[in-house]
This record gives sequence, C-alpha cells and structure tokens, in this order.
Amino acid sequence: MSILDMTACQLAAAIKNKEVTVLEATKAVLAQIHEKEERYHCYVTVDEEGALAQAEEIQKKIDAGILTGALAGVPVAIKDNMCTEGLLTTCSSKILNNFVPTFTSEAVLNLQKAGAVILGKTNMDEFAMGSTTETSAYGVTRNPWNTEHVPGGSSGGSAAAVAAKECFYALGSDTGGSIRQPASFCGVVGLKPTYGRVSRYGLIAYGSSLDQIGPLCKDVADCAAIMEVISTHDKKDSTSVLRQDTDFTSALVEDVKGMRIGIPRDYFGEGLDSEVRDAVLKAAEALREKGAVVEEFDLSLVEYAIPTYYTIAAAEASSNLERFDGIKYGFRAEDYEGLHDMYKKTRSQGFGPEVKRRIMLGSFVLSSGYYDAYYLKALRVKALIKKAFDEAFAKYDVILGPVAPTTAPELGKSLSDPIKMYLGDIYTISVNLAGLPGLSMPCGVDSKGLPIGLQLIGDCFNEKKLIQTAYTYEKIRGAFGRKEDR
Amino acid sequence: MANIISDETIEYVGILAKLELSGEEKEQAKKDMGSMLDYIDKLGELDTEGVEPMSHVFPVKNVFREDVVTNEDMRNEILKNAPGEKNGMFTVPRTFE
Repeated sequence: MSILDMTACQLAAAIKNKEVTVLEATKAVLAQIHEKEERYHCYVTVDEEGALAQAEEIQKKIDAGILTGALAGVPVAIKDNMCTEGLLTTCSSKILNNFVPTFTSEAVLNLQKAGAVILGKTNMDEFAMGSTTETSAYGVTRNPWNTEHVPGGSSGGSAAAVAAKECFYALGSDTGGSIRQPASFCGVVGLKPTYGRVSRYGLIAYGSSLDQIGPLCKDVADCAAIMEVISTHDKKDSTSVLRQDTDFTSALVEDVKGMRIGIPRDYFGEGLDSEVRDAVLKAAEALREKGAVVEEFDLSLVEYAIPTYYTIAAAEASSNLERFDGIKYGFRAEDYEGLHDMYKKTRSQGFGPEVKRRIMLGSFVLSSGYYDAYYLKALRVKALIKKAFDEAFAKYDVILGPVAPTTAPELGKSLSDPIKMYLGDIYTISVNLAGLPGLSMPCGVDSKGLPIGLQLIGDCFNEKKLIQTAYTYEKIRGAFGRKEDR
Repeated sequence: MANIISDETIEYVGILAKLELSGEEKEQAKKDMGSMLDYIDKLGELDTEGVEPMSHVFPVKNVFREDVVTNEDMRNEILKNAPGEKNGMFTVPRTFE
C-alpha cells in the first residue's frame, strides 16, 4: 500500500513498526500537496519547513519510546480558525491577513502532544460563515471528486484535503453543519462532537454556544482515535465538560443487534434529492438486516431550526466579531479620520459580504426593541427543539438521516440566494442547537459521480453509539473512495 | 416582503455593527435583512408562552478559578500583531484634542 493510501491509524502503525519513517510520510504528503494544490486549493498556508522539522523531532520521540499513541507521527491539516503559535491564522478573512497567534488552541495542542505533524492551515468560509468555502478571502477550494463543484463548508479545505490525500486527517469546526456537510460532499468521515467534549480554547469564535471542533478523516477507526486525543477537559474553556467516557476506540465493534434507530419522516420530505434519499434509506435497511431495530417517527419542528439558528448564530457572531477593530491585530484601513471612522473603515474593508450580513442581522436582533421578539423568541424555540430531541432519544439510540438535501452543488451557484443556501443546512443545524453529536459518512455516489452522506445523530455524550453504528455500517458498505485524478 | 427595512434602521444597525456601507451595499443590506426577518418571523407560528429561553443546553454553573497569571510575559510577541505600536503599547487614532 502506498503511504498516501493509508489511514491515519495505519500510518501510525507502519511508523511504529519501522516500515515508514515520519519524515517519509511527511515528504510524501508534501509532494502530494505540491502536485494537487494548484488544482484543489485546500490550504491557505502550508508550513513545509515547520512540518519537516516537526517530523524529525517526532521521529526521535517515537524511537525513544516517548510517543506511543495511535496517531504518533501522522501529518494533519488544521482549519484556519484554530490558533497555531507562530503560524499564520486568517479565518480566511482579509481582516486577519497577517495574524500570527502567540498561542496554540487546546485541540491542536492535544494533537501535538500525541505526535501529530502540523502541515498547515486549511481554507474555509470566512469566519466559518458559509456552506461552500466560496466566501473565503483567499479563493475557492474545489471538490476533489469533481473540480466544478464546491467541497462544502465551512470546513471545505479540511474535507477536500482529506479526500485529495493532501493530509491524513484534519480538524474542522462545526457551528451548523460545517464538519458534517463538507465531509458528506467530499466523501470522508466527519464528526461534530457533543458541545463541551472538545475545548474551544483558541478556536476563533463564531457562534460560541454552537461551535465545536471535530475530526475529518478517512474512516471510522481514525475518527475514534482522533476523538480520544482531542476530547479533554480544559479549564481555559468554561463550557468544557469533564468526562470519563472518552475511550472511543472501544466502540469500534461490528454489532448493531438491538440498536434502536429512528428515521425522522420530517427529514425525507420536500427538497430532498431522490438519489440521496434512496442511498440513505438503503444504509438504514442494511443496518436493519444486521439486527438494528429501525423505525420511522416524527421529530417535529424541523422547519423552525434554520430561522432559530440564524437568529442565535448571527447574534453571537455580531458580539464575537466586535474584537476585530484594527487595533490589537490584523488589518487596519489606511485612511480614516479619528477612532470611530478607523473602526468602521477597517471592518467594512476587512470583512466580506456574508460576514457583514450576519453581523448586521445579529446587531439588529439584539438591539433594543427587537431583542425579545427575535433573540429571546429564538432561544425559546431552541428549548422546544431540544425537548423534541429528548423525546426522540427516549425511544432511540441513534437518529439516522441525510446530511444535506443534495450532493455538492456547482461552484458559483449558491451565494446569490442566501436563504436558499441556508436551507441546505436543514438536517445538520438542529444538532448544534441541541448540543448533540452528529457523524457524517459516505453511503453512496450519485449519478453525477458525487458522494452522498449519511448522518447519524446521538444523544448528548453518546458518540460511542454513533461510532459503533458507523463502524458496523462501514463494514457492510466496504471500501469507499474516489476514482483517482479525474 | 413583510419586513421593510428603512434607511434609518440600516443607518442605526451600521452604527451598532461599526460598519460603513456604500449606497449600493445599503440597498442590498435592506433587502437581505428584510427577507431574513420575513423568514425568522416563521418562529411566530409557535406558541412559546411559558417556555424559558435556553441559552445553554446543559445545566451549567459558573466556572470560577483563581485569577493568577500562568503564562509568561508575551508583550513583544503580542505587539508584533498590532497594526500600530509605540513604546510597547498599541497606537490608536487620537480620540480628543
């Protein structure tokens, strides 16, 4: 097997067995980046020199028996909204075009402690606001399955980099589907963990009550191994939750006998592409044949999730993005008259249209006179949505459905109609509102040759049930990958 | 469109958001915000009487820690990111004469 075809766990095992060195693996993936980047543009920054230096250091620690973990020596890509000390971190925004953090985000630090080689920072929708990676200030990323199509977003660079073998795995962040949807569009595995599982320290905030970091990777075993490394309690994030049940690889069990799987009828209505529907239902049927108890049910409130989400996310974004003022870091406008004019010009020139749209909406729904009618109303509906999931999880271990209504759209077709673009998030968004874990994995290819994603949703802190179900389905499905270099 | 956003509202939002919009951007913003609010108005269909607003999905308590410095002095590194720096401080435009 060539190095690039290995999963993260396979590569770490090969390194441990001295079949491959960390430097060989790093050089192989850097060569792949050199060859493919012009075509796909997955990265904003590639840290070639740093990666080679890390590879040497990590190899020494592996040889000395200091690094023994399941991911030691494996090169990884990091979404460009996670701070990395000494390495440019832009959030794919002009306003952070020269920001070099003085510290590293906790999730990335955990990977480094486990012996990861940081390759660079992946492209994304500006400040994670978007579903296509087209709102990046640094150019679009193309879907490796078909370069005329988007990779999804906002973690589109991370998903595309995994699919294009420009890394062995990647970290992304998910506020309304930003890990699961690009994973689906690029035919890779992605997990949005339960809110609080992974520290958000050093993740540049968008919607703080919804944001969560998670893995994008080649298979379910990698997903479990990465989760074991990044799920830690962190005193620097007051929403980080202390848990003992982080032995995710123990759930890599091929067995769904008696697993109660609910299929929400509301996820299979109008707007869902028939090829996506068929592939997802076929996966459900395959799990039923393996002994899972599969039944349909009514989740309710699904159509209210998107307006609830955009109210809350925009409100939090307007507050979080106040920090970009042209003083402490990043871009500052050149010509201005006085402090307030500098703020306004800096922000107006530094932010792109989608970010401005959400900041304005957020400022409006939080403003005096509208706060109760919009923001508080959304928080009340959020409580109802959470209750609907609580009722569902009293009956089911796992909720199964599609990730997105369609496969990856063509480049340039999404941004002109924001509401239509937001509707593409309908199956992913309520998971963030309710703080639940959600896993996305490929379950087929449509007639255009684009991957179709299956979503598994669990109750809070039930990632292991998702991993077990996903692992079992993966065994039924068999190997999945793109035809090379079409 | 049910929600008509006036020039005054968009001006006011611009002040709150610290954004300066061109004439064309303003017209687009009025349209976009109007249609988003129309969409959000859908939430009005739901009776939420007596439902507590949920800001956090878990019952959380405040998390306290001692206010002690754990990192070293990084003033120089931090200031390297500043668009303007003088004598170890951030420079800002003059705010009063």
